[in-house]
Amino acid sequence: MNIIVCIKQVPDTNEVKIDRETNTLIRKGVPSIINPFDENAIEAALQLKEQYGGKVTVVSMGPPQVETALKDAIALGVDEVVLVTDRVFAGADTWATSYTLSKAIDKLGAFDLIICGKQAIDGDTAQVGPGIAEFLKLPIVTYVRKVVEQKDGSLIMEKEFEDGYEVMKTPLPAVITVTKEINVPRLPSLKGKMKAKTIQVPTWSAADIGADPESAGLKGSPTKVMKIFNPPVRTDREKLEGEAVLIATTLVARLKERKVI
Amino acid sequence: MIDYNLTEEQQMIKELARKITLEKIIPVRAELDEKEEFPTEILKVMAQSDLMGLYIPQEYGGYGGGVFDFCLATEEFSKGCIGVSVSFAANALGSGPILMYGSEEQKKKYLPDIASGKKWAAFGLTEPNAGSDAGGVQTTAVLKGNEYVLNGTKQWITNGGEADVYTIVAMTDKAKGSRGASIFIVEKGTPGFTFGKKEKKMGIRCSATRELIFENCKIPKENILGKEGMGFIITMKNLDKSRPGIAAQGVGLAQGATDYAVQYARERVQFGKPIISLQAIQFMLADMATMTEASRALLYSVARTIDSGLKDFSKESAMAKLLATDTAMHVTTDAVQVLGGYGYMREYPVEKMMRDAKILQIYEGTNQIQRSVIGHQLIKEAASKKA
Repeated sequence: MNIIVCIKQVPDTNEVKIDRETNTLIRKGVPSIINPFDENAIEAALQLKEQYGGKVTVVSMGPPQVETALKDAIALGVDEVVLVTDRVFAGADTWATSYTLSKAIDKLGAFDLIICGKQAIDGDTAQVGPGIAEFLKLPIVTYVRKVVEQKDGSLIMEKEFEDGYEVMKTPLPAVITVTKEINVPRLPSLKGKMKAKTIQVPTWSAADIGADPESAGLKGSPTKVMKIFNPPVRTDREKLEGEAVLIATTLVARLKERKVI
Repeated sequence: MIDYNLTEEQQMIKELARKITLEKIIPVRAELDEKEEFPTEILKVMAQSDLMGLYIPQEYGGYGGGVFDFCLATEEFSKGCIGVSVSFAANALGSGPILMYGSEEQKKKYLPDIASGKKWAAFGLTEPNAGSDAGGVQTTAVLKGNEYVLNGTKQWITNGGEADVYTIVAMTDKAKGSRGASIFIVEKGTPGFTFGKKEKKMGIRCSATRELIFENCKIPKENILGKEGMGFIITMKNLDKSRPGIAAQGVGLAQGATDYAVQYARERVQFGKPIISLQAIQFMLADMATMTEASRALLYSVARTIDSGLKDFSKESAMAKLLATDTAMHVTTDAVQVLGGYGYMREYPVEKMMRDAKILQIYEGTNQIQRSVIGHQLIKEAASKKA
């Protein structure tokens, strides 16, 4: 089973700062990591490989420093990595990113499955996985929390919903995006770290993957961010304190006032 | 910070072991201690990260590292929990005799599985009447045809019941005393080989300590390591080589306790200021840090000396174990003191660290035995100078 995993390098912080001029994330001075959901995607791919054999290739689009994230992926045990990097890719939104990654995947050749994390923790859009599926005209299952089995050219899995899950079956090749419930990502191995230290990460430019510069990067991005702001703190909240009986009585009274009950 | 000139590979080993300690050991150490639960999952992670085979040559599927590499990993794990790190290190003690004295067939049969973490190892020496006096072993092995028949009971065996491969010291000729001892490989599941109850301990409570019981346990003749009568010498060499690992436990534990005490002293406010600004506290922390660093410096020198090929290192190995483990006891006791009443409570980790530290002064040869090893060596060295 040949699997391609798409990963993103993200800032290692929960308090992302915004550049007021450009309305984009400030990445400078913030340590970078593999997007946590993408670590679940890598783990899912490695487990499928261990079960069914094959190869795991990790691909990422980004600036040259994304090389470190790909080396981290090598340390985890993936077979190959590719960095898709070019100045024309800068400023890409989810549409242009999906386009660029789909062109890179085209160049990678035959595969059975593409796995992405459900979303990145910086942008939180959850659109690149479905975008890739759209460009490649492949079926997609999002929010996969468990892969049940691969059988007769199909993949059977559990798709998560807020109030439960559905068992889904899709023909392969396909794209899936995974949640953190799917697995606990492994730690790197010593042999993997040694390999990562010596490996030269291959880089592909826009020309290498045959990407149209008009469709990539800022130029190819229909999204224009007008404004980013922190939602104002609401002050019309009331905290009920004291004995449980008192809290309960007050709460019921308040809910009745607002005609909720 | 002293620069110990670690190679890039050694830095990697340290980083990897640190990551496992932070992500997998520290979050669960209190619970494992409370439930006296063996750290199976953590050992699996160590194996997946290639650290189980750190000291095993590459030709048998290991990393091919030395005593120093092994000590670096053990030290990092010990900053988190020495109950976990002893379960890790006991594999090296158990497989040591095979590594040093096994035949090519024995090495090929057992070492790759131990390196990959598929099988765990344990060493069986101690008995009810043979502790510091290792020559007092009463378990017997009698050759009958193509088999040795083992009878006797081993006591307080680390990883007992959990390990798959055991190296067992037994007497093949009682009349010869310690020269009549031999070592055998015994696999879990061999008929006549059973386990006693898991012991209730003061510290390192997540580690498994059990009796091994041999009742007419028959093993193939070829499971002997080396030759009959080599048991005592193999045991001594095995302990010489494993003692730096115990020293590494001491250094790691002492460092973990010092780090926690410093952090606490900065946050704890009494008399209107953080207690770290009080000289009484600073002096304790200064002594803790100094003794820990001195233990580390000695351990690293000894480990490097062993790796460089020195043949007889009983004295140096004993010195490293003695200093680092006495330091660990002292430092963890003072860490509890720095935390005061909170230090005595199980909500804080130093209480467990102090309970754990005590075993370091007892196992792998009590610290009195270490002094005796050092003393004997001093006599030997002085005598050889005269001649």
